[in-house]
Amino acid sequence: MKLLTCPINGVRPLSEFVFGGELRDMPEAECSDKEWADYVYNRNGAPGLKKEWWYHSPSGTWFVAERDTLTDNVARTYLYEQEAAK
Amino acid sequence: MSMRLQNTSGEWINRNNKIKFSFEGKDYEGFEGDTISSALWAAGEKVLGRSFKYHRPRGIFTLANHDVNIMVTDGVDTNIRADVVQVKAGMKLQVVNVDGGVMADKKRFLDSISALLPVGFYYKAFHTPRSLFPFWERIIRNAAGLGVVNFNYPRILKKKHYAHYDLLVIGAGPAGLSAALTAAREGLEVLLVDENAKPGGSFAYDNAGNSAHHAQLANMLSEAQSLPNLTVKTNAYAAGYYADHLVPIVDESGITKVRAKAVIVASGAFEQPPVFRNNDLPGVMLGSAAQRLIARYAVKPFLKGVVVTANSYGYRVALDLIASGVEVAAIVDMRAGGETDAIASVVANKGIKIHNGACIYEAVPVSGKLGVKGAIVADYDEASAQADTQKSIQIDCDGIVMCAGWAPAAALLYQAGTGMRYDDQIHQFVPSRLPNGIFAAGKVNGVFGLNQRLQDGARAASDALKYLGYVGNDTTVESFAGSSPSHPYPIVMHPKGKNFVDFDEDISVKDFIHAAQEGFDNIELMKRFTTVGMGPSQGKHSNMNAIRILARIRSLPVNKIGTTTARPFFHPTPIGHLAGRGLHPHRDTPLHQWHAEHGAVFTDVGAWKRPAYYKVDGQTKEQSIQNEAKAVRSAAGIIDVSTLGKIEIHGANAAEFLERFYTGNFKDQRVGRSRYALMLDESGVMVDDGVACRIAENFFYVTASTSNAAAVYREMQRWNQIWGLNVTFINVTGAYGAVNIAGPLARKVLQKITLLDISEDQFLLGAVADTSIGEIKARVIRVGFVSNQAYEIHVPASSVLKLWNLLLDSGSVDGRVKPFGTEAQRLLRLEMGHPLMGHDTDGLTNPFELGADWAINLNKPFFIGKRSLQIIRKRPLLKKLVAFSFKPYFQGPVPCECNLVISKSGQIEGRVTSLSLSPTLQRFIGFAYVSPVNTKLGDVLSIRTDSGQMVEAYVVQSPFIEGD
Repeated sequence: MKLLTCPINGVRPLSEFVFGGELRDMPEAECSDKEWADYVYNRNGAPGLKKEWWYHSPSGTWFVAERDTLTDNVARTYLYEQEAAK
Repeated sequence: MSMRLQNTSGEWINRNNKIKFSFEGKDYEGFEGDTISSALWAAGEKVLGRSFKYHRPRGIFTLANHDVNIMVTDGVDTNIRADVVQVKAGMKLQVVNVDGGVMADKKRFLDSISALLPVGFYYKAFHTPRSLFPFWERIIRNAAGLGVVNFNYPRILKKKHYAHYDLLVIGAGPAGLSAALTAAREGLEVLLVDENAKPGGSFAYDNAGNSAHHAQLANMLSEAQSLPNLTVKTNAYAAGYYADHLVPIVDESGITKVRAKAVIVASGAFEQPPVFRNNDLPGVMLGSAAQRLIARYAVKPFLKGVVVTANSYGYRVALDLIASGVEVAAIVDMRAGGETDAIASVVANKGIKIHNGACIYEAVPVSGKLGVKGAIVADYDEASAQADTQKSIQIDCDGIVMCAGWAPAAALLYQAGTGMRYDDQIHQFVPSRLPNGIFAAGKVNGVFGLNQRLQDGARAASDALKYLGYVGNDTTVESFAGSSPSHPYPIVMHPKGKNFVDFDEDISVKDFIHAAQEGFDNIELMKRFTTVGMGPSQGKHSNMNAIRILARIRSLPVNKIGTTTARPFFHPTPIGHLAGRGLHPHRDTPLHQWHAEHGAVFTDVGAWKRPAYYKVDGQTKEQSIQNEAKAVRSAAGIIDVSTLGKIEIHGANAAEFLERFYTGNFKDQRVGRSRYALMLDESGVMVDDGVACRIAENFFYVTASTSNAAAVYREMQRWNQIWGLNVTFINVTGAYGAVNIAGPLARKVLQKITLLDISEDQFLLGAVADTSIGEIKARVIRVGFVSNQAYEIHVPASSVLKLWNLLLDSGSVDGRVKPFGTEAQRLLRLEMGHPLMGHDTDGLTNPFELGADWAINLNKPFFIGKRSLQIIRKRPLLKKLVAFSFKPYFQGPVPCECNLVISKSGQIEGRVTSLSLSPTLQRFIGFAYVSPVNTKLGDVLSIRTDSGQMVEAYVVQSPFIEGD
């Protein structure tokens, strides 16, 4: 992957982006210590379709990319809040 | 004798410009446009180099940038490929990899003891005893290798260009030209690249004795020239394929990184040699090499030759040889059935004897193996790859051309992730599944006839057009007819060997058999054991035969053996092309010029250049730092803190946002006050700190540490994507600069130039006010980081220098206001007992270990890291930061930051994180992590210094000083 589509700015070179890690749901505050530790420390490295945070640095745009980490294909990108509004 | 032919139509040489050069100390003359090899061959020279391992004489083999045994040096460049590099006037060339000249090479004896040097010999013979390996290694490395590295090589910077096209077509042969024209006619911006000096590929040299089709080529080239949206680039090769159609195009002047929307690979095929004994002698060459010699350089390959072939192509080459005046003594066709195409009778009608079902059992060398004097022709059994020598005959000749088949030049296709399958009809790997936007055309796609290749190019262009959203014409490619262009097993066994598969590394058939016997019978393992394909030509003429041999050894179809992927770059590329320019972008503060003019020694902090200290003549670095610190304690100092991250947070939920983002309370913060802001990550580790100023009810001005500013701003934006609060962030880090004035005279100096009342009881620690200083709009924050009396003044970046000078002028009346740098700042904040984030903390430090419990409100419903802190708090602390000092009159060696604190039982207890000589206290002070049971005042900590000597320090009160 050398190009990435920012939902606001279109296709831009990868050098303009910052990776923000996998998008994961935070457990409720009432969760067990074990659940919380799992959320904080463990990541699933198995290849497949992942939702990831990406940041378009020049414009300050965070968005979500659905990327297959096996093929490095990005299925789609969208703003987090757009998806939440659905 | 001269082998130069009369003028040939389409030749690449300019006979009006003679080029004089020398080779191995002897003078030669060639023409402009000649390569080094063609000029020498024209002069009758046949021994142009020696092989890598056995030092056998070698001549022209491919004339296509794969003659890696013909490498020469001009004293500057180490490994010049003579087969493709044009000869220049005055060149003084020597052959590399020889000891005493190419003819008298002292290492040529190696060929006669080759039986003692099988593959794997070095691994086995010198493996034990291990202690002797360095000795053998030196000898082996001396013997191996090609050119000698020139350590005085000039530093040559080559340009890096970027270019964007709709379509990139790689290879300007019939398929590539046709593809580029078809696409360009539809309006696409097209780049067509070819590694040769001129476009056309085999269109221009594969003539079969008849150049009628050159008119069509000329038409296509003139159309290409007339299309403004088609760029043709020759002498340039596509060096690799990278994701999203990024292809570096390498030429002599540098690299152009081309990004295309689609790529057509029409890179053709590498001709593959049949394997027979002495197939490497000078004078034995590929059919395509002979054609290139004749058509491009008007050089006769030899006087009388034998054509060994396994396809119709050999007959085409024979016709070209005849047309150039070569006497073709015989055609040896390895196929039992011979050639079925009509071309066979055309050749036969010229009186050429054709031996069907025959092979060259061996080439007969002249003395010293400096050339060939005959070919032993024997009956050949295709099934067993054995020759029947009972009725063998010797045909006298001084040259042999070899036409046994092709391997696709598919490196870029492999790199792009193309699936390849072995086609049993044409005995070649062809693309079976192409990635999006990648297309293949011509020989690399398994299409061989000239008309078919032209059609295949148009077809690929049409596919690319459709892919790009245009209407492409449907083009059909006539289906393949005739005999296979490649022989399935062009190998002739010989009991005496020397039937070479890989010319780079002198690997013959028996080496593969041995490798398989040793258990290296997987293509990847065999490659590494035999080193096949690991020479400079990267297997371009050897991998296909190696795969065929391995398939036969293992009784598997070729499809099951698979191939290795040639990594970028396609050809060896000079380091100068790849090396960057050493550009390190950095940021200067608005005062940079002033600092530089006043002796600042700069240090890198994040992306910024900051003054570490101001060098004073006659003082050491340490003295300068101490004096800067003393000035702050005794009068006042100013430091440029423009590099601080500065973020404005606006909106109805601004305070709510800060409460979630930082550990402390902000909702009850009054306008005009600032508060410490500590940021954790989700695991409770401290990542940054700063100050949050409430400028208005819905407006906070937050600072962040210099190197973390961008990341803090980013994280603010990300978290608010999730929280959806009504806030807006503006990163004003570059828009504002800031100066910190600190010391007992700070208030007095500042008060003189501002109307803001900053008297002790009016402007308390933590106060914030917007005011003006002279004409400058300024925000003043009372801080306490380096001194009890300190004011951080934030002003627009354009006004920082004005402010700086105002402060210096104002201070000049009441005593000296001295600038200080980051080194003194570190020392001063240590005296004040303030840990520095990232310096006294690391990637695992939690706030309890630092003693920052006061900055955390665990009663808030949420903040980043809270849930982790709840867990951490339940557990015993593992370490704690303490302030330490040494006994008065301490004489021992002074430890360094990062020296370890060792417990009584000899375990590592912690480490020293900060250590400085305090000018105020006249002793060394510092912070260190120690065991939590060892934190009471007076507790002793043992520090192991760099020399191993232990020194004792003791826990003291922090802050170290009362303040000014």
